[in-house]
Amino acid sequence: MIRITRKIEFSAAHFYHNPSFSAEENRRVFGKCNNPHGHGHNYVLEVTIAGEPDPTTGMVLDLKELKDILQTEVMERMDHRHLNYEVPELAGQIPTCENIAAVIWKLLEPKIKSGKLDRVRLYESPELFVDVSAGNGARA
Amino acid sequence: MKISLTKRYHFAASHRLHTVKLSEEENKRVYGKCSNPYGHGHNYAVEMTVTGPVDPETGMIANLAELDPFVQREVVEPFDQKFLNEEVAEFRDEVATTENVCREIFRRLKSFPSARLERVRVEETSKNSFEIEADVNALDEVRA
Repeated sequence: MIRITRKIEFSAAHFYHNPSFSAEENRRVFGKCNNPHGHGHNYVLEVTIAGEPDPTTGMVLDLKELKDILQTEVMERMDHRHLNYEVPELAGQIPTCENIAAVIWKLLEPKIKSGKLDRVRLYESPELFVDVSAGNGARA
Repeated sequence: MKISLTKRYHFAASHRLHTVKLSEEENKRVYGKCSNPYGHGHNYAVEMTVTGPVDPETGMIANLAELDPFVQREVVEPFDQKFLNEEVAEFRDEVATTENVCREIFRRLKSFPSARLERVRVEETSKNSFEIEADVNALDEVRA
């Protein structure tokens, strides 16, 4: 099996606020991320596909195809957007790195027709990232 | 679907690779310049990976407001700007290789109460890194 990874970057704004918490609780749990004016990150997304190279093309999947999928599913939805207001898939969720990465996994998984989506790694900053993988029952 | 969160931390420390179990000559042969009696130092980076359910109320596996002070207290404060061989008790009897440093950091971080420690990765330099992964069967072997 071969794994191939493509990287993209997008920039977006967010803030953390749970409407079922009091104002004080929101500040306590989310700290400065609770600032209602929002703040932003340069997110870096690494998408890994696993599979066997096609014997004719030598490719697990056509990277051009992956590039187009990432453009449609991620860039157009999230780049230069406010994640609290402009991404319907995140509606009702706190747009943490965990939730954004899980949404990206769910958007991409059904679109990958050659090979399988193996891992989504989303960096919020060079010091913080979230990995999503298929996992299995034993490790869930 | 399995989700994990990784946060990177940094500390700078000195160490010397040397063991009383070997003769001076053997120490020099095995550890080379790393055995220089005055020690030397590195800018270490520690990656801590935790896993567990994402709390629907907060959207988080672990709140960094809890994780950061925990790692600060357990690892950064005791290791940063220290001579590991003498100032971290565990390395008085154990060679302060980054394998052992990684294992000691894993041991300290696995008591994080709010999520399960999955992996510790320590970069000794930008070229060398060391990793320990928890697996259910190996957890107790970490200090074996």
